[in-house]
Order: sequence, then structure tokens, then C-alpha cells
Amino acid sequence: MTTAERRSGGHVPGEEGLWVFIGGDLVVFAVFFITYAVAHRQEYALFEASRRLLDRQLGLLNTPLLLTSSLCMAQAVAAVRRDDRRARPLLLATIALGSGFVVVKAFEYAAKISHGFTLNTNSFSIYYYMFTAIHLVHVLIGLGVLCFAASRFDKAGRMPGGAALIEGSGAFWHLVDLLWIVLFALLYLL
Amino acid sequence: MPSILANRAVLVWAVLVAATLLSFETTVLGTSGAVILVVAFAKVLLVGREFMGLRDAPAPMLWAFQSWVVAVCGVLLALFFA
Repeated sequence: MTTAERRSGGHVPGEEGLWVFIGGDLVVFAVFFITYAVAHRQEYALFEASRRLLDRQLGLLNTPLLLTSSLCMAQAVAAVRRDDRRARPLLLATIALGSGFVVVKAFEYAAKISHGFTLNTNSFSIYYYMFTAIHLVHVLIGLGVLCFAASRFDKAGRMPGGAALIEGSGAFWHLVDLLWIVLFALLYLL
Repeated sequence: MPSILANRAVLVWAVLVAATLLSFETTVLGTSGAVILVVAFAKVLLVGREFMGLRDAPAPMLWAFQSWVVAVCGVLLALFFA
């Protein structure tokens, strides 16, 4: 943060409009989480029995994948601000780890469906598939945004004037990570 | 990575991964779900403040985010465990 930004009250990472979207998304997911908690209360036995069918190991594996991708993203943002050429490999590592999340999720869905645990199995499965699929769409959009950002590096591996782009991409990617942290706790751990 | 920010980010990441593993293990041991939920929202707070950059954002943005974390965590605690 520059001295001018500190005087003016802080630095908004990326474009300000993006934060309207992020704020809206946080409100929507808050409604999702609360709706799930209400349903869990109403159908406690069914939800407890059904959630034990989830593969907690795969859920656990996906969490450090996203957390580590977030670390790489934060480092990439810092590197672009420093005009450091390590920004591009860090961004590519973020994309690779995020892609790993998608692969693990695909395995998880395939295993569940092959065991007959589908969208129509019961009310828990509807919540499970709906929330994780909406989150997965966020991951895929995030990966698209990161790939676009990765394409903006010049031949020397620098992104002159790209601070807003990389900060905005990073903010969205961290949102994806943050939402998964809550989904993992609600669906797999509680 | 040479900067202080990079080292701080690595420290935050280590705390987040450790909290994840701890939450997973405590679930196995049958520890209170309320603790797991609070740890999850503490992780959310860390990601928002440290990785998203909200720590250095204008105060209204930071407080809106922190209020979201506290409010959603509080409502979920009440619905799951009250």
C-alpha cells in the first residue's frame, strides 16, 4: 500500500466493480449455507446418514490444493507488483493446483454416481450436488480468468501495468478458496 | 521469495493447512462440531484479510467482510448447535 493510499483510507485490490460482484456472491452463499443448516435441522437423521457417504479424504485433499493455489496466487500478485519475473510461474502453479481441484472433484462425482448417490437420491444429495456444482462453476470461471491473466505477460515474463488485472483475478480466486473452506466444513466435517 | 509479504503469506498458508488437518482429525476424534465451524470461519477471515488483501483495504470493505464472517458463523452456530 502506498503512502497516498494509506492517507486515503486503503487500497482496493483490482477493479472496484469486481467487489460488488464478490459482495453479492458472499450474500448468495450465506443464504445457501443458512438454507442448508435449516434443512439439516429439519431432517437431521437423513442428513447425518447421507453425509457419511461422502468421501472425506477427497474433500480433505481438495482443501490444501485450493489453499496452496491461493498461496501461489498471493505470491504472484506480490511478484507482479514488484515487477518480478517469477509472477508467471507462480500464476501457472495456481492454475495447475486449481485444475487439480477439478480433477479430484470429477473423480468424486464419478465415484458417487457409480455407487448410486445421485442428485435425486434424497434432499441431502440435492444440496450436495447443487452447492458443490455451483462452487465448481466458480472454480472453472476462476481458472478461465487466471488463464487470461497468464496470457497478458510479455515475452520477458513481466506484466507492466497489470496490477489491477492480477489483483482482481487473485481476489476472485481467493473467493473460490474461501467458499470451499465453508462448504468443506458444512458438508464433510460437521 | 525475498519480500516480507511473501514470508507472511507462507506463514498464513501454513496456519491454514494446519487448521484444516486439525479440523479433520478432531472430526475423527469426535470433537465438537461448533469448534470445527469456528475454525473454518477463522480460516475464511485469514484468507480474506491476508490473501484477498482486505487487511489493507478501505475500512468499510474490511468491516463489511468481517461482519459477514461473524454474522454467518453466528447464525450457523445457532442453527446447528442451539
